Formats: sequence, C-alpha cells, structure tokens
Amino acid sequence: MGRTLFEKIWNNHLVKTIPGGPDVIYIDKHFIHEVTSPQAFAGIEKRGFKIFRPKQVVATADHNVPTINQHLPIRDMLSRLQVDQLIANCNTHGIELYGLGHPFQGIVHVIGPELGITQPGMTIVCGDSHTSTHGAFGSIAFGIGTSEVEMVFASQCVLQSRPKVMRININGELNKGVVSKDIILYIISKITASGATGYFVEYAGSAIRAQSMEARMTICNMSIEMGARGGMIAPDETTFNYIKGRTFAPQGEEWDKKLNEWKQLQTDDDAVFDKEINIDAADIEPMITYGTNPGLGIAINGLIPTAESIPDEGERKNIIKALEYMGLQQGKTLLGMPVQNIFIGSCTNSRIEDLRLVAGVVKGKKKSEHVKVMIVPGSQQVAAQIKAEGLDKVFEEAGFEVRQAGCSACLGMNEDKIPAGEYCISTSNRNFEGRQGAGARTLLASPLTAAASAITGVVTDVRTLLN
Amino acid sequence: MEPIKTIHSRFVPLPLENVDTDQIIPARFLKATTREGFGKNLFRDWRYLDNDDTNPKKDFVLNRPEYEGKILVAGKNFGCGSSREHAAWAILDHGFTVVVSSFFADIFKGNSLNNGVLPVQVSDEFLQKIFNQDNQSTLTVDLENQKIIIDNTGEEETFDINNYKKNCLLNGYDDIDYLVSIKEDIEKFENQTL
Ligand code: SF4
Repeated sequence: MGRTLFEKIWNNHLVKTIPGGPDVIYIDKHFIHEVTSPQAFAGIEKRGFKIFRPKQVVATADHNVPTINQHLPIRDMLSRLQVDQLIANCNTHGIELYGLGHPFQGIVHVIGPELGITQPGMTIVCGDSHTSTHGAFGSIAFGIGTSEVEMVFASQCVLQSRPKVMRININGELNKGVVSKDIILYIISKITASGATGYFVEYAGSAIRAQSMEARMTICNMSIEMGARGGMIAPDETTFNYIKGRTFAPQGEEWDKKLNEWKQLQTDDDAVFDKEINIDAADIEPMITYGTNPGLGIAINGLIPTAESIPDEGERKNIIKALEYMGLQQGKTLLGMPVQNIFIGSCTNSRIEDLRLVAGVVKGKKKSEHVKVMIVPGSQQVAAQIKAEGLDKVFEEAGFEVRQAGCSACLGMNEDKIPAGEYCISTSNRNFEGRQGAGARTLLASPLTAAASAITGVVTDVRTLLN
Repeated sequence: MEPIKTIHSRFVPLPLENVDTDQIIPARFLKATTREGFGKNLFRDWRYLDNDDTNPKKDFVLNRPEYEGKILVAGKNFGCGSSREHAAWAILDHGFTVVVSSFFADIFKGNSLNNGVLPVQVSDEFLQKIFNQDNQSTLTVDLENQKIIIDNTGEEETFDINNYKKNCLLNGYDDIDYLVSIKEDIEKFENQTL
C-alpha cells in the first residue's frame, strides 16, 4: 500500500518506537522565542546539560516586542526581562539569535520561510501552536509545550504519538476577491474549531496547487484552529522556486541533491487517509467571522446564523454567548456595520504578498476618518521590502500607520491592543474573547477585506470596490 | 524529577468541578522566566482578596491550617482550558505530588506527568468517599500496584497509567532523562540519515 507524505517524513525521522508508548522523532529545526523558552533553558542548566545540537536552533524575539521605537529599551519591565533573558540564554548556549535590531528579526513563522531555513521534508518544532505554518513547504511542523522545548534542547528529539491523517482536497477555480485566507476560514467554518482534533492535515487539489507559497503558508498556519496537530502541502515547482537563492537555502551541488530528494515528497496515489474531505473552490466567498472561535465564520454577504437553526445544544449555547460578547445579532448581515480598527499583520497575513494585496486595494484612496488602521509587517525584511516597492507611501497617503515587525495586536501582549467594546477587522488567526485586548471584538478576514473595510469604515465586500 | 513510589499523606480537598488552568494559575503570571515560584500564585484569585497576598481569604482550603498534605483531591474535569504548563508547575511548586479527581483534562494530564505530578483518576463514588473523610485522615497512593487506599476504612481502588509513564515516575525519570539515555540511538540515527 502507498504511503502518505506525512508518513514518509515521519518514518524518515523515527529514531525509535517505545513499545506501548510514543515514538521518538528526530527534529531538524527548532525555532524558539522569548515567551516559551526561558523555563526550558533553566531546566537544561539545572540538570547540568548542554544544548545537544545548538546549530539546529534558531531564535528570535517577537511576541513581546514593541512595534514602535524598537531602538529604545523596552518600557514594559517584564517584557524587557523576557527579551533580555533570551539574549543571555542564546549567548550562553551558542544559539543564533535574530533579536531586536537584527535585519532578520520578525515573527518566527515569517522569518523561517523567508530566510530559506524552512525546507521540504524537514521536521520543525517551536513552542508556539502556529508552527503549523511551515508545513506549507511539505514538512512536518507542529507546536510544542515548554517541557518539550527542553526535550529538544537535550536530545534534538520529541516523544510523540503518531496522529491520524486527513486530506482536504480543494479543486476548481476561486472566485474573484477570494484569497487563501478565505479558503482556510471556509474550511474551519465547515468542519468546526475542533473538527480536525487528533489529525495531521494534508491540503491538496488544483486550487491549492495554484496558490503561491505565501498563500499556502496562510492556509497551513490556521490548521491548528480546527484542532489539527499541523497542516502540510506537498512541495512542487512553486515551492522550489520560492526557496532557491534564499539566505540559508542549499546551493550548488547541494541544491541539486536536495531538489532530487524533495521531488520524492508526494503522497502515493494508492495511499489511504483516515479521513478525506472534498471542497469545490467555486463555493468559497470572501469570509468573515462573527463569533469568538475561528470556526464561527460566514460568507461576507451571508447572515449570522440564528440559534434555532443549530441542532446541537452545546453549540447553540456557544453561539449565543459569543454573539453577546461580540454585541451582534442572530440572523443579521455584517455588511455595512461600522468598525473602529483594522489590524493587518500576524503570522497569518503579514508577508509581502499580503501587503501588496492591501496596497492594490487602497492605492490612491484614503481610509475612512473613523477607523484606526495598523499595518505590522511580519519581519524586518518585509518592512524593508515595503519601502523598496514604495508601498509605504501608498499606506501613508491612505492614512495607515505602518509599525515595526512583531506579533503586536495579534495577541495583545505588548501595548498594541484593541480597546474594550470596539470592533477590529483583523488578518490574524484568533478571535477568542480578550485575545486582542480585554473586551476587544475581533472579526477575522482576509487582507483584501481588511483593506476594503479600511477605506469605507464599515464591513465591506471587497468585490464592490474591485468592480 | 523525584521518583514516586508510594505516597502516604493527608490530603487537601477541593470539591469543585471543571477547575480550569486559568484558575489554577491566572494568565497575568505567565511573564515569568523560571518554573519555580508559581506555587505562591496557585489558585491566586481564590486564595487572596483583591489580588493582595497579605489578605488571604480565610475560608479557602489552602489558607486553612487544619488541611495539609501532598495530595490534592478535586472534582471532575480538573485542569480544563488553556494548555499552559505553568498550571502543573504551580501545583508541584506548592508541594503537591498527587492530584486525585474523577476526570482530568487531557493536556493537563500530560503536562503533569511530564513534571512529576501523578494524576490519579478514580470513580465518582470513590472520590465522594474521600471527600467524606475528616481532615486528619490519610490516603496511600501505591504507584507500583496502581492502587489508592483510604487508610481509615481500608477501601481501595485501582487506577490506570501508561506503562512507559509509570516507569518514568517510579524511577524519577522524565522524558528528558529517557531521551538522554538513548543518546547513542540518536547519534546513530544522525550518522545514518544526515
Ligand atoms: S503572530 Fe500571533 S499567532 Fe502568530 S506567533 Fe505571533 S502571537 Fe502567535
């Protein structure tokens, strides 16, 4: 019987199977950041261990960092302490750090791919659930807890039970105004926020093949929002072209050798998945969420469901509670509703292509007077690219505020927060209660929808502006 | 990690269901850079008035001197909510090595085992029998034989635990000790494949 892409990579990294227990999986790349690593470093030091393979660890500061005046000391004491601790730990243990002020600094899931560190066939972990992003290159990438960060420090391995595998096929052509963020929001709205619990997901089909690398990353990024351990897409010419020539990409003979290996990384035709889902790309419209988990989404021109239309009692209660928090009403449309904030950023949608999409919509226009628009590039390199392409001028003329690289209002750990009770159309990945600040009301959507709504000041179907 | 073989101790009862990790350790304490010290914030908002640690709520069980021990006994679905490992750290740091409940949230269970805290899952009836004991009575948790005993009455129940994890706890090994013990296998793997 044929094997799935997941199985091939897993087996390639299987050091040992513990009878009646988990597998020992070898990790190729370990990304770390300031929030979930300090206790793991402390643990290693307490045991008197060295980091087993420091060259396979890459660090950056992203969750806690301010996104203005990054050249000044961090004002929040506890945040500064965490960032300083990361610097000290990386120095002590010989780990490459792309910290504040470094031209490679940025959100961990943005910089790995853009530097060519993330490559097909790898196993990649990070103490962050959105590590699934790196699966877009045909790698097994997943988030881990702090004890597991320590495990990888000590042994370059983790103990994992093998998950089940699911394939989601999306075939056909996307409608105008529909981008990869809409694909993943659509999938999660169909299978719910826990619909892929226990699975590793492979995305396939002609609509996926047609996506750029950055668009694929957006899809894999949000795999975790339907409960999956991770998501992946088989590598192809798009993948290889993206990687070629990047800072840490293989070169010369090494490139040819790797390319040959990478071309084998496909699910065999006769491989069997534990679950398979088929989606017609033409059914997908621009999406927006109305609730407090990423599964509570609708087509932008659709209606918020009514409680009575939901058969499951638990789910019904959830929606009623969510709508109360969001200040929204059953059975109504979101179109035309005023919003006060637009956040364009996060590891889901802060890459150069995302920002080009935004610029394409807003060029020559001005934002509505009553919205505040924040653009936070995913990395220093993206920030530099915006300038090089003159997008910063477009954004400035539109009245947008362009900030420096970091996680920012995605999780509200630094000072970038959405005020209580206000609405924010956000290109990030989580709309949990209080995620963007206490009482903040998040509507997840694509960069196109965010850009269109920034111009009008109300929830807007981008297709009305494209015409 | 300290080995766990047999724990014989008085217990602290917390007869509440669905105790979530936000209650065990509130989010505002997650900016710390060490694993230690979370114990003082264990059940922080249940334990102190107005977030003031000089102002304990007298009737909360951790503030009542007549209750003490290495065993925490709690209601059903203990440790639900966020996956923060800090919850297990706080429980251990406070001095508990065993938590007894009639159901544990999955991730909390894993995090506990990774940190040398033994989750003992018992039936609803047995849990009730424990809650019915007075504050001087003791429990015996025998990991080798996977048994928990109410010493006063001699009533006992067996509990489940994955064999690999059981061995880890009995020997005071954690996953890291295990992984370090197979370093040769890991190096062999590297030589063959990298
Ligand atoms: S951008 Fe948001 S989701 Fe992504 S790593 Fe940062 S905090 Fe997590």
